[in-house]
Amino acid sequence: MTALAVVQLLIYLGVIVALAKPLGLYMARVYEGRSCGLDRVLGPVERLLYRASGVKAGEEMNWTQYAIAMLLFNFLGFLVLYMLQRLQGVLLANPQHLSAVAPDLAFNTAISFVTNTNWQNYSGEQTMSYLTQMFGLGVQNFVSAASGMAVLAALIRGIVRRTASTLGNFWVDLVRSTLYILLPLSLLLALALVSQGVVQTFSSYKKVPLVEPTVVDQPKLDASGSPIKDAQGNPVTEKATVKEQTLALGPVASQIAIKQLGTNGGGFYNTNSAHPFENSTPISNFLEVVAIPLISAALCLTFGQMVRDRRQGWAILAAMVAIYLVAAVVVVSTEQHGNPLLTKLGADQRASATQSGGNMEGKEVRFGPAASALWAATTTGTSNGSVNSMHDSFTPLGGLVPMLMMQLGEVVFGGVGCGLYGMLAFVIVAVFIAGLMVGRTPEYLGKKIGAFEMKMASLVILIPPAAVLLGTAVAVATSTGQAGASNPGAHGFSQILYAFSSASNNNGSAFAGINGNTQFYNFTLGLAMFFGRFWTKIPILAIAGSLAAKKLTPAGAGTLATHTPLFVVLLIGTIVLVAALTFIPALSLGPIVEHLQMLAAAR
Amino acid sequence: MPSRVQALKLFEPAIVRRAILDSFAKLDPRHQVRNPVMFVTEVVSLLTTCLFVQALLGHGEAPAGFILAVSAWLWFTVLFANFAEAMAEGRGKAQADALRRSRKQLVAKYLAEPRHGAGWAPIPAQMLHRRDAVLVEAGDIIPCDGEVIEGIASVDESVITGESAPVIRESGGDRSAVTAGTRVLSDWLVVSVMAEAGETFLDRMIAMVEGAKRQRTPNEIALSILLAALTIVFLLAVATLLPFSLYSVKVAGQGLPTTVTVLVALLVCLIPTTIGGLLSAIGIAGMDRMIQANVIATSGRAVEAAGDVDVLLLDKTGTITLGNRQATAFVPAARVREEELADAAQLASLADETPEGRSIVVLAKERFGLRGRDVQSLGATFVPFSAQTRMSGVNLDGRQIRKGAADAVEAFVTAQGGAFDGSVRASVDRIAKSGGTPLVVADGPRVLGVIQLKDIVKGGIHERFAELRTMGIKTVMITGDNPLTAAAIAAEAGVDDFLAEATPETKLRLIRELQSGGRLVAMTGDGTNDAPALAQADVAVAMNSGTQAAKEAGNMVDLDSNPTKLIEVVEIGKQLLMTRGSLTTFSIANDVAKYFAIIPAMFVATYPQLGALNVMRLATPASAVMSAVIFNALIIIALIPLALRGVEYRPIGAAALLRRNLLIYGLGGIVAPFVGIKAIDLLLELLHLA
Repeated sequence: MTALAVVQLLIYLGVIVALAKPLGLYMARVYEGRSCGLDRVLGPVERLLYRASGVKAGEEMNWTQYAIAMLLFNFLGFLVLYMLQRLQGVLLANPQHLSAVAPDLAFNTAISFVTNTNWQNYSGEQTMSYLTQMFGLGVQNFVSAASGMAVLAALIRGIVRRTASTLGNFWVDLVRSTLYILLPLSLLLALALVSQGVVQTFSSYKKVPLVEPTVVDQPKLDASGSPIKDAQGNPVTEKATVKEQTLALGPVASQIAIKQLGTNGGGFYNTNSAHPFENSTPISNFLEVVAIPLISAALCLTFGQMVRDRRQGWAILAAMVAIYLVAAVVVVSTEQHGNPLLTKLGADQRASATQSGGNMEGKEVRFGPAASALWAATTTGTSNGSVNSMHDSFTPLGGLVPMLMMQLGEVVFGGVGCGLYGMLAFVIVAVFIAGLMVGRTPEYLGKKIGAFEMKMASLVILIPPAAVLLGTAVAVATSTGQAGASNPGAHGFSQILYAFSSASNNNGSAFAGINGNTQFYNFTLGLAMFFGRFWTKIPILAIAGSLAAKKLTPAGAGTLATHTPLFVVLLIGTIVLVAALTFIPALSLGPIVEHLQMLAAAR
Repeated sequence: MPSRVQALKLFEPAIVRRAILDSFAKLDPRHQVRNPVMFVTEVVSLLTTCLFVQALLGHGEAPAGFILAVSAWLWFTVLFANFAEAMAEGRGKAQADALRRSRKQLVAKYLAEPRHGAGWAPIPAQMLHRRDAVLVEAGDIIPCDGEVIEGIASVDESVITGESAPVIRESGGDRSAVTAGTRVLSDWLVVSVMAEAGETFLDRMIAMVEGAKRQRTPNEIALSILLAALTIVFLLAVATLLPFSLYSVKVAGQGLPTTVTVLVALLVCLIPTTIGGLLSAIGIAGMDRMIQANVIATSGRAVEAAGDVDVLLLDKTGTITLGNRQATAFVPAARVREEELADAAQLASLADETPEGRSIVVLAKERFGLRGRDVQSLGATFVPFSAQTRMSGVNLDGRQIRKGAADAVEAFVTAQGGAFDGSVRASVDRIAKSGGTPLVVADGPRVLGVIQLKDIVKGGIHERFAELRTMGIKTVMITGDNPLTAAAIAAEAGVDDFLAEATPETKLRLIRELQSGGRLVAMTGDGTNDAPALAQADVAVAMNSGTQAAKEAGNMVDLDSNPTKLIEVVEIGKQLLMTRGSLTTFSIANDVAKYFAIIPAMFVATYPQLGALNVMRLATPASAVMSAVIFNALIIIALIPLALRGVEYRPIGAAALLRRNLLIYGLGGIVAPFVGIKAIDLLLELLHLA
């Protein structure tokens, strides 16, 4: 790691922690229904929304009602998004006259955006109309994030309340999350991004002449439009001269702001935040990479504030930062170190005044390995999934870490809301084992952890890895699944494993090499996203309901403190051990063996 | 402390023999299915055994010898777990046998009418019903649990308590309960049957020590869920390895797909067999330790709850202080000599057989050499203590000497035309404030002074309470004393709080208040008036010397009738949880090393570079798999003593305890298998089995 990269990492974490505290306390006010300042301006809008939709804001829900409201809302969101894609050809705001999205792709994309995954088996600028982008994908970017935050708010209330049966009102939590947190922050970020050159327009795509015409190899097509292949099965190519280029435009900045803040990650363009119109300058890059974990980190402190013990929030944030730090250092250093095979061939990969050095394949020159690696660790840890470089081209270890960050269960910052509630499921398991070890029935923040909470926490922790392993197994066992991997050998396995790790944990980032837009992957990845999202949300609400009903056990000298460094270490150990024990066999057939092969070949 | 059950050695040969047989009987799948981890192990052992038969027939996926060796060690894993459970049960069974011998065929002398002297007929004890009356005479064994309704007798209860000194049982009061199986040594009793045959205390005790009625406790159920979840995770991780391996072989173009035998070996190594195999042994051993401490718990739930106790309610008398108050000073009134007061006090106490009365006589002799006088020869009449007068004393030569509580004596003196002077009142207040009990002595209308009675706090009790405080347990002293006295004793003994002027109602109210604040309350009791509070408390230890009602209300009975036993009970409860938690951590931490042994062995033919993960440098892929499986089986045997004894509890606070156990069982759990597996591999190599 270069000194510059170290400074960059420290400044980055410093900024996040500094912003997290005020934002966290602000959000606590939003979820506690107290005055937060913005309600003076937006309060009438909030009340109008309730009146228009018939929501009785004062009526609280128990956990099953809350879960049903959440599921119903998301199901409707799915239907609307699916229909928008299927009908976009005949609807408004479609200057490029893009046709209807294929049913399997529309299914995958709808689930993807409703589950806050934003896995994209399509290329945005060639597939989605402005209407679909803004009223479909953009809306889900807000409400899928808000629905995760609502579930977290319900869980926190479950922990705080004593012998209560209700957890709040889903509709109120949804509206307040969107109106008071996501919208204002997105507005600020979008304006800042526009100032950096990120585009925001409804005009159609622009054709511009190239400064220098360029000659490319173009596949030769037969009469029916399919590529002609030679005797060996390789496509036949012909030379073609390109003189002009089409610049895809659109309402980008507004989409990018919520894509990062809401840990969605679905890019306006296919190349996501590597595209200069999505991410133009080092400043826009920094703003976006700060926005990715910001709300998730701040929610830890919201939690601390709402349970009236801020140390608890800081302890969880510390566990997140510690894991993140290790991951970031590993990715940045392996990417800066470069590829030993190229070193052997005499390539100079050292950082110097004239080059950033390191492994530059798949990375933007304006970002270099450090900023790309930092982004990779952040985006995979937070279930965001947006990329500013292609993870498929990372060194094996540099690719292993992003994969592992997703396999940890998306709890290192994690998605907005879901990161912290996933983390709290790990806390329950850690508290349980630790509680037994000190000879007491385990309790967390005064609530006893019983068989029911263990059952539900086990589900939360079990379901995403189960979906990853089963999905990968099905894919590598079928020819349609195998066909998706673009690389032969262990890397092909890594690509498939990465895809299911990403989908099942609702991250959405991809090893760019995989071709996911097939019926097989659209369907299997869609299922993985569905299970990974809702089969964890429901048990979390069940835990919330069960904890709310319990009475409070006052803390004493025999109570295990959960804000101490010792507990943080135990929590980290639990998270890492569960993921490591689940995925070591699979990882050893993918990135680990790739790394060992690379070292062996370089020797 | 006399022990009813002679301390059994951990590996008593007779128990071991029986346990070995039992471990085979426990292979019954109906038994195993209750423990998901071991059930999975048994099913896959059966699978590899079938694979071995297939290999013998010439279609083996691996050499028959290798499959046989793996299968054998997998069966050993199951057997070792069964053995652990059987060992834990065996100790209880041995004790139950001893108890059962004392419950031979008992014959009852059935009384036609519930009174002494009525005609009786011999009937078998099993035919007795509730509220029947039986006669028990010297030399008879009491045939039933019951309440003495007539008579007084000395009873040998050593079969239950291990205490050889006989105890007195009599009708009325708190010494009226008798237990089946005990023997009347002298005199006779008429007993009303209180428990149906088969439900007597002895029966319950036998059932408890045998573990027959053992139900899984809440924490055990929660832990089982976690273990089942882990088992599912590993089942998935291992099962999906087969397609992963097939794919890898295809894309790498070399090696062979992994065999089912090796996958099964990996699975059994990964699932938490160590804690899974020892879990029920730990639970049974916890009950067993309770019995070793001469406490009979009526459920495992109560034992577990003991570990969670936040508040301990302790009766002052007998628990915190020695049972009796003792006179420590004579404080004369103004213009009265101390000797005159002592003389009157002694006279008033000569016929008073209470310990307090005797201590006054002793003090008078110590201070002024006043000898004991015969009350009869003085022609004095003794006026005993009564609830109405709340005084006792003598009438002698027209003198009315009385001693009693200040307000009672004041009423007496005023009635005689006398008056309480200020100096006496000051002494009374001073003594009460210092934790003593003032007894005022009056001779007719004249107040002579005050005797200071003092509670003597038991030695070492202060340290015990400090220990409890570090355990996070608050102590509350319960006493009938007035608040001033109570506060002083509470301060001297070092309890955290006290309840003065306690009545059964205030006790019950206190427990409910504490519980609604989320606290878990433990208490001891022996009297019938303790029963409501005992029934309300979360952990209620009834004294064996107490009444039947108290014993039925509590969820534990202390055979030694030692109220400080609660502290031991709490420790045993904590040990039980700690042993489970520590072995779970150990079991999961073990998996790291097993991966390093088996993963390279599995895939080294496909990807030779994965040999780099063989950090233990195990000889061959086959020996690596074998070593891991053997280690996994042997560690269960190695940990049986720990499971039976329990992880040591130290009152050092939660954080220090966690740090200590994480170091030993977490870090130790990661390191130990690296050493163990390497050692086994070296041994296999040495024996040319690698």
